[in-house]
Amino acid sequence: MSLHGRDVISIRDLSREEIESLLDAGRKMIPFAEGTKVTRPLENKIVAMAFFEPSTRTRLSFESAVQRLGGSCLTIADAGATSMRKGESLYDTIRMLSSYADAIVIRHPNEGSARLAARASDRPVLNAGDGAGQHPTQTLLDLATMREAFGTLTGLRVVLLGDLKYGRTVHSLAYALALFGSEIVLSSPEGLRFPDERRVELKQLGARLTDQPDVHQAVRDADVLYVTRIQKERFGDEAEYRKVAGSYRIDAAVLARAKSRLIVMHPLPRAGEIAPEVDRTPHAAYFRQAFLAVPVRMALLNAVLGPAKRGG
Amino acid sequence: MRELKITPIKNGTVIDHIGNGMALEVLRILDVRSLDKDSTVSVAIHVRSGKLGWKDIVKVENMELSPRNVNAIALIAPTATISIIRDFKVREKRTVDLPPQIVGILRCPNPNCISNQPEPLESEFDVLERRPVVLSCAFCERRVDDFLEHLA
Repeated sequence: MSLHGRDVISIRDLSREEIESLLDAGRKMIPFAEGTKVTRPLENKIVAMAFFEPSTRTRLSFESAVQRLGGSCLTIADAGATSMRKGESLYDTIRMLSSYADAIVIRHPNEGSARLAARASDRPVLNAGDGAGQHPTQTLLDLATMREAFGTLTGLRVVLLGDLKYGRTVHSLAYALALFGSEIVLSSPEGLRFPDERRVELKQLGARLTDQPDVHQAVRDADVLYVTRIQKERFGDEAEYRKVAGSYRIDAAVLARAKSRLIVMHPLPRAGEIAPEVDRTPHAAYFRQAFLAVPVRMALLNAVLGPAKRGG
Repeated sequence: MRELKITPIKNGTVIDHIGNGMALEVLRILDVRSLDKDSTVSVAIHVRSGKLGWKDIVKVENMELSPRNVNAIALIAPTATISIIRDFKVREKRTVDLPPQIVGILRCPNPNCISNQPEPLESEFDVLERRPVVLSCAFCERRVDDFLEHLA
């Protein structure tokens, strides 16, 4: 099925084949994302960036993607500067915005807000993060990073490390890894374990799922170490936070036991989970991951909004 | 029914085969306090049943259920049967059946869900599994399997 004109709210909205075709298209977008080649399939198209919550990487990489494709952006970067401050509903705000733009990229603090936006808008809506809910383009660029490093998404052993309870990126990523048949190793502090209902869903997809709270053990046979930020606000007291956060610091000593081809990923921003010394090792993939946000988002924008393919 | 000490009703609805102990929840859904004062509501709790072992029964005079009420009963009492009585006779008898979507009946248990914000929308859940019933919020995807606490 073609993605043209469709909403992308959750990674579950995409089939395995659609994800693969987006990753292929994303790879071809790399020289355009770097600026060494020029393409303008979104010429005369306007994409609204409706960001009701702070974001650096996601908004800027989406804006870069639109502009690299020859389109232009309308940006709400501060919800306080909109009529929502006067009590306007999100529904009305999006309804209005959809008459000013050809597509809407939304980030909002409430879960389910992107689904609501998709109902309010008669233009395609792309979810750039709804509270603790979904963030499908993050998953796409995570997958692109792994596929670039290994040439496949099948049969990898991927360690998900950190806050596996509240971290939205790991829930979507785990789903996608299960879809592609990679093994998932869950490594988290006791209070931040991967939720049971998510485990049930992954097992229904036939996922191979194991728990290994000891990061040293977990890293040993891994192909990918996906580190997430431990959010300070989840802890009642500072000392408890420090204890947990300290146990998840990835440094050269932890990586000494790893396979040479292991890559370390992180959705960024990091808050001390990865020591700067790791940046200088061949394991560090997080800045490449941040760059791949642009070509992957270009591929998605082009699929949704670019010229419709014949027969597609 | 023959052994029950409940008066027959001329017109109204009998909800039978309600899971044991759930009759009061059914009354809550029906909002029986809003009925006209000449209507009788009979409740039988912990009645022997060939099919279920024990069951509850609710009879409400002069009331036919709205589709919303039927859907809500299907959620908390999936084994229930509904008989429409007219002139002391059963005119229609059916089992409750859960539609693929439950609209406007439950609140999403996720306090941060957009459906709990002042937006122009009704709550909406997709039925993921039927036995036992598991729902998923159509907005935030939160799974719900405990409905009593979240009836709107």
